[in-house]
Amino acid sequence: MIEAHGGRLISRIANESEQDRWREELPDLKHVTLNRRELSDVEMIATGAMSPLEGFMSQRDYEHVCEHGRLANGIPWTIPITLAVSSELIAAEQITVGENVALQDIEGTVFAVLEIADIYKVDKDHEAQTVLKTTDTAHPGVAYLQKTGDTYLGGRITMLQRPTHDRFEDFRLDPRETRFLFKEKGWDTVAAFQTRNPIHRAHEYLQKCALELVDALLIHPIMGETKSDDIPPDVRLECYNALLKGYYPAGRVAMSILPAAMRYAGPREAIFHAIIRKNYGCTHFIVGRDHAGVGGYYGTYDAHHIFKEFEALELGITPLFFDHAFYCNSCENMASQKTCPHGSDQHVFLSGTKIREMLSNGESLPPEFTRPEVSEILERHYSNEAVTVGS
Amino acid sequence: MSDRVSIKIPRPLYVRLQQVIGDSGFSSPTDFIVFVLRDLVGTLEPERLGELSQDELVAVRKKLENLGYL
Repeated sequence: MIEAHGGRLISRIANESEQDRWREELPDLKHVTLNRRELSDVEMIATGAMSPLEGFMSQRDYEHVCEHGRLANGIPWTIPITLAVSSELIAAEQITVGENVALQDIEGTVFAVLEIADIYKVDKDHEAQTVLKTTDTAHPGVAYLQKTGDTYLGGRITMLQRPTHDRFEDFRLDPRETRFLFKEKGWDTVAAFQTRNPIHRAHEYLQKCALELVDALLIHPIMGETKSDDIPPDVRLECYNALLKGYYPAGRVAMSILPAAMRYAGPREAIFHAIIRKNYGCTHFIVGRDHAGVGGYYGTYDAHHIFKEFEALELGITPLFFDHAFYCNSCENMASQKTCPHGSDQHVFLSGTKIREMLSNGESLPPEFTRPEVSEILERHYSNEAVTVGS
Repeated sequence: MSDRVSIKIPRPLYVRLQQVIGDSGFSSPTDFIVFVLRDLVGTLEPERLGELSQDELVAVRKKLENLGYL
């Protein structure tokens, strides 16, 4: 089984004796309220999905990540995992290094405790420029940074209670659980596919190319916080289930939900996503065009190029790079720019705008682009949405 | 009966710990030692090693069977 990133799968879920100890201390602790992303980060850290992190980043790690795409000890890590608060809160509550604070959601439910090892002010523009490659507030990652506090709390967390998920509980597998599954199935090599969209035939093609090379495929959709115009999670899950039922070999494919929040950090997030999948026990990671991109902020294949900045051994997981894929009318099959000699006039490709337009008009997507079962689910979603908006 | 026991450590180590903890917030070498040992023992527990306990194993197996994966 592939080792977790940094050599050890972290668990920061409190055991019984830790629960007792912390519950005794809780009444005396100050409280810090987390937003949805921070809450999902707590869950990811606690379950080991973000190994070797044991908590929110200290200033040293944060600065190394921003500047070099590595933790202070040199281990590759490209996305800051931080807990933002306002300097006013720090002053008002007199929060200091060395104390423990309770981490709660907006409703006041305490999910974890943080042992504060560091309190530091940050330059958000600098973080945006180094990590997201832009300070344009139209970028959702920049917009997020703008609305969160200017001071970060660093330190180890202990999760006392899992955040509650009202949906898809069965499909949520922790790293220890996927690792157990892979071991039980005898899957030595597993390719992970990251997605936040419905799976069209181009994605299916990439997955099946990967499946020709490895023992199994883990479809690992992000169901944490995404953009408001992304297809809702329940609709996506219905699409994935329809595809798995009809078109994938049951004994070689698994699907599990990743509770991470999207950062839309393009190339840096591709590395981050690969590392996370390594922690889930995957040996390969599919990287398509414009991975984790948004708008026109990143080059189509920037997410491929960034892997050259790291040694294969220090990442540990093998990236599988794919070019833009499509159905070619002349080839009469799925292909990519690497394998098809025909012009783009022969390629069936629909932009996101065109897809939304067709579905909103009640038109089916062509079967060369999307499986009919998926098209039907999406048509239903868009027609319901039109009714909701119109009523 | 006290719920604490005494453990003997070399005096030079004790003196060194007094220096190390300095202004760290620990009130005594004893508090520091308890903190460090608790942390160390915690890392050796099955769940800290990324392993599943017997109860977790049963639950995970059932979950995976329900999903049709096992």
